[in-house]
Amino acid sequence: MKMTGAKILIESLKKEGVEVIFGYPGGVVLPIFDSLYDAPIKFILVRHEQGAAHAADGYARATGKVGVCIATSGPGATNLVTGLATAYMDSVPMVAFTGQVKTFLIGNDAFQEADITGITRPITKHNFLVKDVKELARTIKEAFHIAKTGRPGPVLIDLPVDVQQAEAEFLYPEKVEIRGYNPTYAGHPGQIKRAAKAISESKRPIIYAGGGVITSEASEELKELAVKNDIPVTMTLLGLGAFPATHRLALGMLGMHGTAYANHAIMESELIIAVGSRFDDRVTGKLDEFAPHAKIIHIDIDPASVSKNVEVDIPIVGDAKDILAKLNKAVKKPDTKAWLGRIEEWKKKFPLKYKDDDAVRPQYVVEQIWEATKGEAIIATEVGQNQMWAAQFYKFTKPRTIISSGGMGTMGFGFPAAIGAQLGNPKAAVFDIAGDGSIQMNIQELATAVANKLPVKIAILNNCYLGMVRQWQELFYKKRYSYTCLAGACPDFVKLAESYGAVGIRVTKKDEVRPAIDKALATDNVVILDFQVEKEENVFPMVPAGEAINRMIGDLA
Amino acid sequence: MRHTISVLVENKFGVLARISGLFSARGFNITSLAVGETEDPSISRMTIVVEGDDRTLEQIKKQLNKLIDTIKVVDFKEGEFIDRELIILKVPATAKNKKEILEAIESIGARIANAGAKTISVELVGDQTKIKALLELMRPFGLLEVVRTGRVAMSTQDKGLKIEGKPEVNE
Repeated sequence: MKMTGAKILIESLKKEGVEVIFGYPGGVVLPIFDSLYDAPIKFILVRHEQGAAHAADGYARATGKVGVCIATSGPGATNLVTGLATAYMDSVPMVAFTGQVKTFLIGNDAFQEADITGITRPITKHNFLVKDVKELARTIKEAFHIAKTGRPGPVLIDLPVDVQQAEAEFLYPEKVEIRGYNPTYAGHPGQIKRAAKAISESKRPIIYAGGGVITSEASEELKELAVKNDIPVTMTLLGLGAFPATHRLALGMLGMHGTAYANHAIMESELIIAVGSRFDDRVTGKLDEFAPHAKIIHIDIDPASVSKNVEVDIPIVGDAKDILAKLNKAVKKPDTKAWLGRIEEWKKKFPLKYKDDDAVRPQYVVEQIWEATKGEAIIATEVGQNQMWAAQFYKFTKPRTIISSGGMGTMGFGFPAAIGAQLGNPKAAVFDIAGDGSIQMNIQELATAVANKLPVKIAILNNCYLGMVRQWQELFYKKRYSYTCLAGACPDFVKLAESYGAVGIRVTKKDEVRPAIDKALATDNVVILDFQVEKEENVFPMVPAGEAINRMIGDLA
Repeated sequence: MRHTISVLVENKFGVLARISGLFSARGFNITSLAVGETEDPSISRMTIVVEGDDRTLEQIKKQLNKLIDTIKVVDFKEGEFIDRELIILKVPATAKNKKEILEAIESIGARIANAGAKTISVELVGDQTKIKALLELMRPFGLLEVVRTGRVAMSTQDKGLKIEGKPEVNE
């Protein structure tokens, strides 16, 4: 049957099982929006295209499905850029559609024209400009395939308006064959054997788990490897939830704001089992001093991540789930008793802590959210201190429960991402742990959340500062707080919430914290919790930039 | 160390931008890059000459392989490939030195591409040694313009570059 490009798009999305699209209309996507008008796919109208990209991202992270967003050409498309870069850095499967000016106008500086495939080339896994409607269905099939396989990532499809209007026979391909794209899934048996031997013979092993464990749905296999063999587990920000934080073998997050015991453990380990993690600079600190005694096993689906930052002894390229399952069969339990004893001492000596006085401490707020939600909530975060406190004090026990911009560190990500996560998990309690700076970067999405009855709870750790930058200024720039103080023009967040039809609760005293959280949880609406926290609280421990990660500052390490 | 890499890519628009963008974004230096269609018109072949230590080269190859439009990447081993480049250069010629120029051209096996009223354009196809020798030989006459294609390279082995998916990194 012949149909228009716009209709082919909808039919293709149905074939891909897409349940929801986040987006914003505009001139050259009118044909698509006309098809959406009576399409059986949920459409979430955001208030800024950046919100659409982050919401699609949050939806994808929380559900494991491909997030889909759509924007018009020019400014609509460029507004997606930060969202695509965020998803790319954190390997999130997304497909973004952008409108484009008519094919014969491309390159003419037409109204609302931007070379979006050119702009997004380095921040997408792949992108397409479809010039012929006959190519559309196959392109969409390929885009979804590329987005969700191998190391996932965002894919953009640019659609000129005349292609949306032109007609073609709709034939959705059953299979995809891209001769230049064949991700490796099965780990090399010889390498797995070598790794198993190294683990079996190790004295001081440590598992360093990243977001790849979650992407590959390998948490159970990881848990088996750790628990059966008594191997401690530290996680990256994106790896949190891959292994329960409440388990005796869990060391929490490592790196710049990691726990002191995780950092000491990785530095003194003699075998690092890295799974789906990429030795980011926030994790390793000073590279030439990183884990000097350790042999490294690196399991990753992306060959380019192996031996990029640190030299790896046993690389295993492939799917973490498959490789861990095979490893579990081959590993003989090493004797780690003395090693675990050593780690226990560090845990006792350097616990994560904060001053538990009468003030409203941000860490206390996060702990209370954890208690109130019994650790079952999905926690999105913004970026900065709020993000690090969430990572340190919310004990994540399940995969896909922390939604945070790790690689890109995108402020303004958390709230729209929480909207996407809530949409994918209608029954879950979804929080955005925010700062007063970050939340103002995509505050307009309050309208989206309220209009679509997505009862996200926004917990603002409001210190009237761009807290993380202020912390660096305090520690490394002689307290010269250059443009990091937001006081004086801070909005009344309660009134702001109310103006959008949401609920606002202000908290100024410690004993109000828990009742406010409970009230928010009992409210079937979007709630802003404005926690007016201690203004100059710092995130500790902290490894100064460029230092070895066992050289932490703060009296807590 | 200098490496010569052959990259088979989809013959589509935008592919060159993907490759060159990758080099600039990741801080890799390209010494030369030449592109052209292959025996299969749907495939282009790029010959890229790069400088870098082993680790950088490993990253370059992996990143090239990561591109969806990249079909195959081959890093040629020393002594197992031939490489050629075309150079055209223009020197001023007068009645006085014309004979000397023509003798020089002949001595090195180059050819006259164009003889103008006041200039002679010379062409030569050869390996880097030969190209360098030509440049040295012609420099004294005054180089008005030099244009080079960049190197193209091919393996000397009897089999062609097969496309059977990308090579695995695991040995």
